[in-house]
Amino acid sequence: MTVEATAGPAVRTQPKIESELLRSRVGAAMWFLLPMLAALAVVAGWPLLRTIYFSLTNASLTDLYGADFIGFKNYLSWTTLKSGRTVFSGLLVDPTWWNAVWNTLRFAVLSVTLETILGMIVALVLNAEFKGRGIVRAAILIPWAIPTIVSAKMWSWMLNDQFGIINDLFLKLGLISQKIAWTAQADTAMTAVLVVDIWKTTPFMALLILAGLQMIPKDIYEAAEIDGVHPVKVFFRVTLPLVRPALMVAVIFRLLDAMRIFDLIYVLTPNSSATKTMSVVSRENLFDFDKFAYGSAQSTLLFLLIAVMTALYIWLGKVRFDGGDR
Amino acid sequence: MTLDLWTITKRTAFYALVVFIVFVAVFPFYYAILTSFKSGTDLFRVTYWPVSFSWDNYISVLSTGSFPRNLLNSVFVASVTVLAALFLAITASFALSRVRFRGRSLLLMTILAVSMFPQIAVLAGLFEVIRFLGIYNTPWALIFSYTIFTLPFTVWVLTTFMRDLPIEIEEAAIVDGATPWIIIWRVFLPLLWPALVTTGLLAFIAAWNEFLFALTFTSSNATRTVPVAIALLSGGSQYEIPWGNIMAASVIVTVPLVVLVLIFQRKIISGLTAGGVKG
Repeated sequence: MTVEATAGPAVRTQPKIESELLRSRVGAAMWFLLPMLAALAVVAGWPLLRTIYFSLTNASLTDLYGADFIGFKNYLSWTTLKSGRTVFSGLLVDPTWWNAVWNTLRFAVLSVTLETILGMIVALVLNAEFKGRGIVRAAILIPWAIPTIVSAKMWSWMLNDQFGIINDLFLKLGLISQKIAWTAQADTAMTAVLVVDIWKTTPFMALLILAGLQMIPKDIYEAAEIDGVHPVKVFFRVTLPLVRPALMVAVIFRLLDAMRIFDLIYVLTPNSSATKTMSVVSRENLFDFDKFAYGSAQSTLLFLLIAVMTALYIWLGKVRFDGGDR
Repeated sequence: MTLDLWTITKRTAFYALVVFIVFVAVFPFYYAILTSFKSGTDLFRVTYWPVSFSWDNYISVLSTGSFPRNLLNSVFVASVTVLAALFLAITASFALSRVRFRGRSLLLMTILAVSMFPQIAVLAGLFEVIRFLGIYNTPWALIFSYTIFTLPFTVWVLTTFMRDLPIEIEEAAIVDGATPWIIIWRVFLPLLWPALVTTGLLAFIAAWNEFLFALTFTSSNATRTVPVAIALLSGGSQYEIPWGNIMAASVIVTVPLVVLVLIFQRKIISGLTAGGVKG
């Protein structure tokens, strides 16, 4: 949409009026943007800066304003003992933090990979023409519509060690020999979180991929069929390259979402160090352990990590969000 | 007509996959409904079909505790958040979609970036602002903080919608001497209703489901929203989790959403994908 086009042939003969119109339009646009930009500055920009500032102080929850600036000591500090040994402390040498970092990365990579594969399968099914397609589309919207907290509770009931239907079903099918405390045991907690997250978010993935699939012209498939190309080959040579832009955008959305996961883990596997993510430990320090500045440092690192990751992804993957000119 | 064995197998496998997808998608919700109508010892007997029926859990969750109040809080917070976001977003989207100015693409990317923000990154700073404004532990704290995700989202989606409105309408209005303000409210708004409903609904769902801010910025039973109330529902003792009540509460908050989503299916799908994929 361009202003040049807006000022149609009728006014093109009067360049003076056109430029005046353009100037007043741009002026109005600035005023229209101002309230939104002010709102975003207050709820996002300023708080982000304050979080970063807090991470460089020794602020505590009860004393936000009396804090001293201590530089990067929350991140890393060291003291040299009399014996000549140097002792490091701070976030960068904190094993709990690194555990959370690995948990988050493991969760993000595994969940997004599986969701992409499953989402692709569901999207391919929905892209085929068959009776009852509407029912399937409606059905997969249900997990998406259910609040995360509710789905976490629903699944923790289903995964309950004594009365859960999953244990009952698996025992009946002979898949397990005894009841398993899925959400409590360290070795199964992450699996439980992954299952619930995949169940909840695969629909979103499927719908985004489906939108990409529906933009592929049908005659390409007809041509491939006439030439007798094997369907598997068609998928890898035609469908996948053509759906790639949509897929890349869907993956980055999901990846960013997975990196900041909090609610599902907080409710499904509370206090399990096998699943605690960066967001969870950061909030714990901020509000439960009264280590406000330390928690701020963790939030800041998470923010930086996500920013770097996004930049790399967009740059390496050549992702285009069509927000630009038209 | 003869169908060879291969075609039949293929078709059966396809429909088996379809049935499997529907089953997996729907079963947990079905099981929550099933559980919510069980009471007493029935609750702790695994059954796959309804065997008994009682409203006990619903009565208990709606009559004791603060759950009705939490429901009202959620409705109020989500509605006000959405209305505020839409109001700010309409004019902003007009500027972003129909006026060409320097730095527009950068601005759009920034807005998208804010909507993808890790909310934990602003939590400490927001806590300070909310305490400074004196709105801690009130619904306004949530309305204020939810703007961080509802506003960028509504701006982004409305911008994509507005870009597709035909230029001729705007030209005609300009020739008639309409200012951009009049164009937005008199010319575009009537055309934008479907988009506003879709965007508003998606933002409403996001605000309704939000957990981290609601958990952090409210501290009493009377000000909590539904997700926090459900997460913190507890029984007589620490070890006694009231599963029946939790399932009844879950069904109460989910049924309206599921109904809305099923009614507005097509609009929701188009709104979701407008945010993500375009061209």
